[in-house]
Amino acid sequence: MIRPGHLRKVGVSGRGLVVALPYLWLLLFFVVPFVIVLKISFSDVDLAIPPYKPLIEWIGTNSLAIKVNFNNYAFLFTDPLYIHALLNSIKVAFISTLLCLVIGYPMAYGIARSAPSTRNVLLLLVVLPFWTSLLLRVYAWIGLLKANGVINNVLIWLGAIHEPLTMLYTPFAMYVGIVYSYLPFLILPLYANLEKMDWQLLEAAEDLGCRPWQAFYKITLPLSRNGVLAGSMLVFIPAVGEFVIPALLGGPNALMIGRVLWDEFFSNRAWPVASAVAILLLILLVPFMMWYQSVQARESAGAR
Amino acid sequence: MSNSAEPVKSTPWSDPTARPYVQIERVSKSFGDFKAVDDVSLNIYRGEIFCLLGASGCGKTTLLRMLGGFETPSSGRILIDGEDMTGVPPYERPVNMMFQSYALFPHMTVEQNVAFGLKQDRVPKSEIAERVATMLDLVKLGGFGKRKPHQLSGGQKQRVALARSLVKRPKLLLLDEPLGALDKKLREHTQFELIGLQDKLGVTFLVVTHDQEEAMTLASRIGVMDHGEIVQAGTPLEIYEFPSSKFVADFVGTVNIFEGKLIEDEPEHVRIRSDELGGTIFISHGISAAPEAIVWAAIRPEKIFMSTAPPPGADNVVRGAVQDIAYLGDLSIYLIKLPTGKVVRVTQPNTSRHAEAITWEQQVYLSWDSSSPVVVTR
Repeated sequence: MIRPGHLRKVGVSGRGLVVALPYLWLLLFFVVPFVIVLKISFSDVDLAIPPYKPLIEWIGTNSLAIKVNFNNYAFLFTDPLYIHALLNSIKVAFISTLLCLVIGYPMAYGIARSAPSTRNVLLLLVVLPFWTSLLLRVYAWIGLLKANGVINNVLIWLGAIHEPLTMLYTPFAMYVGIVYSYLPFLILPLYANLEKMDWQLLEAAEDLGCRPWQAFYKITLPLSRNGVLAGSMLVFIPAVGEFVIPALLGGPNALMIGRVLWDEFFSNRAWPVASAVAILLLILLVPFMMWYQSVQARESAGAR
Repeated sequence: MSNSAEPVKSTPWSDPTARPYVQIERVSKSFGDFKAVDDVSLNIYRGEIFCLLGASGCGKTTLLRMLGGFETPSSGRILIDGEDMTGVPPYERPVNMMFQSYALFPHMTVEQNVAFGLKQDRVPKSEIAERVATMLDLVKLGGFGKRKPHQLSGGQKQRVALARSLVKRPKLLLLDEPLGALDKKLREHTQFELIGLQDKLGVTFLVVTHDQEEAMTLASRIGVMDHGEIVQAGTPLEIYEFPSSKFVADFVGTVNIFEGKLIEDEPEHVRIRSDELGGTIFISHGISAAPEAIVWAAIRPEKIFMSTAPPPGADNVVRGAVQDIAYLGDLSIYLIKLPTGKVVRVTQPNTSRHAEAITWEQQVYLSWDSSSPVVVTR
């Protein structure tokens, strides 16, 4: 039997184990897959299983050849499809983030200013959609948005329109899906920030001559900056690589980088190019993630 | 308690022709069934430091917030400098407030905090800079303009809050527990600074506090509040020496209260029989109460003399045993147990370093001047 005393003798402490666990997790499920993807992105395509040539190969008996292929990356910049898809993804993610902010800020503000008893109910309502799978919820939007779907039927019944509106498989439907799915990710960190706000500051601002909207603009908004940034990053970062929502709601013209990646991987079986796309996307998003991290650190340090 | 620091030398409140600067006319405020402020009428005069004194929940802060425009009176109205404030929002009132929590804007420097109100009023930039600098010098924060609030001590924050509320030169400054967050030494020091500042600027102050010592030091007049009503308003001296009720006598300072029955009611003297005291109290002035009425005689601890031998020729003498002594340095507090069981509090200044000490269990005589007790009927 191994007793704690024995472990300590070989330099293993309880604290060390606790700290090591998350690192082990990250190593296994993040670093190792990442290295594999990176490796594939530098390989040649092959008609085999798996569909790429090995990076490291024994030539003869005594020499080891490492063949690093930059063609996959070069290809991404020669075919305008990829850059186009990437820019479009950024555009869609950016607009979705803005829409989430416009809708989510008032909601977070409202929750933060409501009575503590109703606050918990409202927060529950915000996270309630998470109880159902994302896929099901996106499918539900198809039922709502399609030509003979709920929204069109209600509008026709009300007499507001005579012919069904084309909503499904348009950018509109895609934005509806993304904003709907990611809204809680913006509301929750923003709420956490606004909830700490000292509302007496607004009274002080009004006392010094601010109308309520001026007090909001000069006090609440700057003080909630970290919450806005954190929430926006939580929407923007995953939205750039979003695949499911554009594929189901956006129709064939919704050119998103996530979709390109899927097509390369499954339809073209071009694993190396797909891996290169993944790496490029990652490089693009790392600065945003770091920004998010620093915002989070500032937020928890309490300095504004 | 000294009243030498009183900034208002005249007494406009006793002059019926003087026009009050702030008029609170029959103001009430209810929150649901709870009456926070109950039919309060009050006049405050220009240049006064008026203190609303009361325990927490007595309605003093609600009254202050109604003056600031943060609460709307359920009934009654408030006039400032003759102007009806009904329906005037906080940002249009000639009033500024210093919040108990100071409410400094954490994302702005000290200068930006102080300049905030002036910027809001679109005062020219050069004038803002000048007024902010003058105000910061006045509160002795000259070199602190570029700091953020979290880099300041409690006392410095308090002075920034004061500067920020004064820089707009309000007609009335509302101060909510202005010294509550400071430690005792700093509080005493700041009290006198506040009086000096008020004197220099001539702004009318309305201070809310639960600390009677603070009220006594700062105020030209005090309004004692209880259950949403102002139970007595007057100068610190009036409040202390001539309390109108048991509540005021007990709330402001400490007091010994003896319940009794009026047995002799003459125009120039009265006699009260008190079972609590175990005797009668002779008072050398008349009072207005019905004969045989239940009244209370209130005697301040410092107005009771204590001796080991019977004092000759005193009107009011009782005997008792020393139950407890608290030595405070400048004075000592004695708790004397009377034969009736009532415990009387007596304070005596320690005038001599080698006084003959009175000790526990010792039999002593208590006496007081026949003009010392205050008789209240409620």
